[in-house]
Amino acid sequence: MKISRRQMLILLPAAAVAWESVLAGTPEASPNYKMSEHWWSMLIDISKCIGCGNCVRACQTENDVPDGFFRTWVERYHVSDENMTNPEVISPDGGKEGFPEAKEDEGKYFYVPKLCNQCADSPCTQVCPVGATFVSPDGVVLVDQTYCLGCAYCVQACPYGCRYIHPQKKVVDKCTLCYHRITKGLTTACCEACPTGARQLADLKNPNDPIHAFLKTHSVQVLKPQMATGAKVFYNDLDGSVR
Amino acid sequence: MNVFKDAGHLFRFAGLFVLAFIVFWAIRGYVVPKSFGEYGHYRGNAISEIAARPVHFAGHDTCETCHTDVLDVKKNGKHAHVNCEACHGALAKHADDPASVTPPKLDTAVLCVRCHATTAAKPKGFPQVSAEEHSTGLPCETCHQPHSPAMVAGGAK
Repeated sequence: MKISRRQMLILLPAAAVAWESVLAGTPEASPNYKMSEHWWSMLIDISKCIGCGNCVRACQTENDVPDGFFRTWVERYHVSDENMTNPEVISPDGGKEGFPEAKEDEGKYFYVPKLCNQCADSPCTQVCPVGATFVSPDGVVLVDQTYCLGCAYCVQACPYGCRYIHPQKKVVDKCTLCYHRITKGLTTACCEACPTGARQLADLKNPNDPIHAFLKTHSVQVLKPQMATGAKVFYNDLDGSVR
Repeated sequence: MNVFKDAGHLFRFAGLFVLAFIVFWAIRGYVVPKSFGEYGHYRGNAISEIAARPVHFAGHDTCETCHTDVLDVKKNGKHAHVNCEACHGALAKHADDPASVTPPKLDTAVLCVRCHATTAAKPKGFPQVSAEEHSTGLPCETCHQPHSPAMVAGGAK
């Protein structure tokens, strides 16, 4: 077969493009996991949380979270009878080692576990100048730590205070909803360690997920709904004083 | 051709412009990661990299495959829905290599109190005790079997 100079000139770039796509390869994904089939969220039942701190410890173990920083933490609210609108909120070491004693007849107490709300319209991903943080096709807000500059715009943008700059890596770190676990069919570390089932991983695209029945039959709320972040961490029995 | 008589400088400029564009495109192609823009304005491969991180908690289903004896004790008790690793800690390493990695012995004095110590902040229906009043500091497993903690005649089995 004879190829003219003209044909060669046309073929060369075509071959280059083909070779490029070979080099790029296909990303290695978990077998049988299709991102388009999931839309992850979490359900937190305040009426079941006992403030044991298991979730905080489990998260630290699973995700190598440095001491003093938190991907998830537990707050204890104390709404006194005299001052209903200004609750006292404490979270000593993220609630990792428990809480100081609370006494009866001093108003109401309750625990609020917090984590990244996996917003569908997240303010944090919108401010990233380099495309290092994003909402994945299955609805998890992730950080590409090899791309992050550590400018901390997203840390400021998050209305829930869920992000921090990793003290050693100097890049942003946050809850990944245990993406490395949920893509393998496991639940998150915090849900795995929760003794009362106060935290439940939920897949909104799975029609058999118990979350659908729960959302229909309970008064469920998200944090700061007025910010229209599309938060996907749903709280059952949430008190109006929670911020 | 008279029209282009004095337009040579324009062609040179256009040529320079095209050259600059090619150089820009070449650098961009080299610098921007291949998977950038696959799903959106980010590196698509980052997703599979994050998904590939190691797992520390093996998960309840993994425990079940071997420890059926414990499961039988647990299933009728109050702790039926408490996952193994909620108390025993992250044990994926143990699940991978049960022979050489053994779970640490647990201290019930710390563990039970973590959930069951009395405080007004806990939900009212949750079983709570004050350790001193309840057992004068005796270890919990003297009377309760942690996997099925309801009291049985003659103490723990």
